[in-house]
Amino acid sequence: MSAAAPPARSREARRRRLDKWLRIGLPFAVLAALVVGWDFVVTANEIPTYILPRPGLVVWTIVADFGVLGPSLLNTLLITLLALALATIGGVALAIALTQSRIVEYSFFPIAVVLQVTPIVAIFPLINIYVGNDLAKLLICAWIVAFFPILSNTTLGLNSADRNLRDLYRLYGASRWQTLRYLQLPAAMPYFLGGLRIAGGLALIGAVVAEFVAGASGFGTGLASRIIESGYRLNIPRLFAALVLISATGILIYVSLSVLSNRILGKWHESAMDRGRR
Amino acid sequence: MIANPSAAAAERPPIVTLAGVGKTFDNGTEALAGVDLSVGRGEFLSLLGPSGCGKSTILRLVAGLDEPTTGVIDWHDGVAGRAAQRARNVGFVFQEPTLMPWAKVFENVWLPLRLKGVSRADAGPRIMAALESVGLADFATSYPRELSGGMKMRVSIARALATEPSVLLMDEPFAALDEITRFRLNDDLLHLWAEKAWTIVFVTHSVFESVYLSTRIAVMTGRPGHVATEVVVDEPSPRTAAFRTSAHYGEIASATSAALHEAMGE
Repeated sequence: MSAAAPPARSREARRRRLDKWLRIGLPFAVLAALVVGWDFVVTANEIPTYILPRPGLVVWTIVADFGVLGPSLLNTLLITLLALALATIGGVALAIALTQSRIVEYSFFPIAVVLQVTPIVAIFPLINIYVGNDLAKLLICAWIVAFFPILSNTTLGLNSADRNLRDLYRLYGASRWQTLRYLQLPAAMPYFLGGLRIAGGLALIGAVVAEFVAGASGFGTGLASRIIESGYRLNIPRLFAALVLISATGILIYVSLSVLSNRILGKWHESAMDRGRR
Repeated sequence: MIANPSAAAAERPPIVTLAGVGKTFDNGTEALAGVDLSVGRGEFLSLLGPSGCGKSTILRLVAGLDEPTTGVIDWHDGVAGRAAQRARNVGFVFQEPTLMPWAKVFENVWLPLRLKGVSRADAGPRIMAALESVGLADFATSYPRELSGGMKMRVSIARALATEPSVLLMDEPFAALDEITRFRLNDDLLHLWAEKAWTIVFVTHSVFESVYLSTRIAVMTGRPGHVATEVVVDEPSPRTAAFRTSAHYGEIASATSAALHEAMGE
């Protein structure tokens, strides 16, 4: 052991610790600065509450109006998660079907693309007419938006298993099911998880957009309807409060899916490896 | 040392014979034409030739991964058809280690047995024995990315070994490794070959590697690929590093090299 080794290692460790703190600390510091700046602008210019409330008031409104906002949040969250779950099941199932047969791929992939490229806002009035159940309407809408990234990413992943490994499976007489289970699905995992992360955000957007469009027709119990309602009543603090809750929901979904992704891929995939260890 | 190669090969009963084998790819490239080659049981046959001469194509044909366009590949084991492919138990080692990065070393070696329906518990002793013989028993629970290039290659060999293949096909398995590692793996491979009485078909573009390892060398040339000549390496087993520096080794190597150049110049 050379004398120089321990200090070098501790310097490396210190650098890594610092890096970790920066990664967590910096976003919060910037966010805090923005909030303070916001508060300063409001007080310095004496901007009235019905135009731009102070951040403290927004937080207070979340607490004070939680009787109204809480159930709405729960509703939006429920629709988002349900849509995401259905999009995952549908996207993965369809991706497997597409990669098993060329006929199925040629037949259905273009239709999936059509679903993806048509703006959901444009389809929604039709869904609104055809589907009676309010929950089902929102769910269908969020599902359409969320399922495509899962489908396209998983399809890509299932097709991107190493060529030599495919040959090896063939050589050892693997059945289609064995190849899917032991080779294609694990190989597709990083792609699928990438798609899932995008779909998580899109499911929330789908749920909110659907409610916005549907809001005009009179139903709605999610956060989007709270925003519309608050807008009509010029209850700007509550509007901001609902907005913050939607944002927080989106962040929560993204972070949970990132953690899930790192958990699953941490042992083997480049994307999830600790930078310091490479 | 080139004393009548076909007679030398005839000493061993053939396990597989290629007769008039040609392969033309869909894009019109003629990779192989008129390949006649016999692989004797228990022999270490090297296919030596420049890049693109169809060495790897021959391996793929023998493995059943591709079908020949012309000619026949005859297995002398009395079984035929697709079911035979499974029963025949051909091992294949690629140029890259070709490990599944999401699976631990143990699971990677288990793969061929797993595909044949052998449970983890039943396969366990054979897997550990295979890892033992390549010196990686302590790494069973490691992931491939935690291993060096040479160790990954050993895992790849252990995987082929676990099925106790009747024929082991190796497609330039050590080409991507540094010389020190390559020499060591050469020795390990010779050791395993002597111990397990395998039949090995080994693709390489290195004259020295082929001479060190093989009992017989098929010198190939391209456009289209065919076997130009054969060289028998009459050095008995076991071969050691001493053989690598012996005059005999030098003689065979220069003869093989000359055969290769002559074949390429023809």
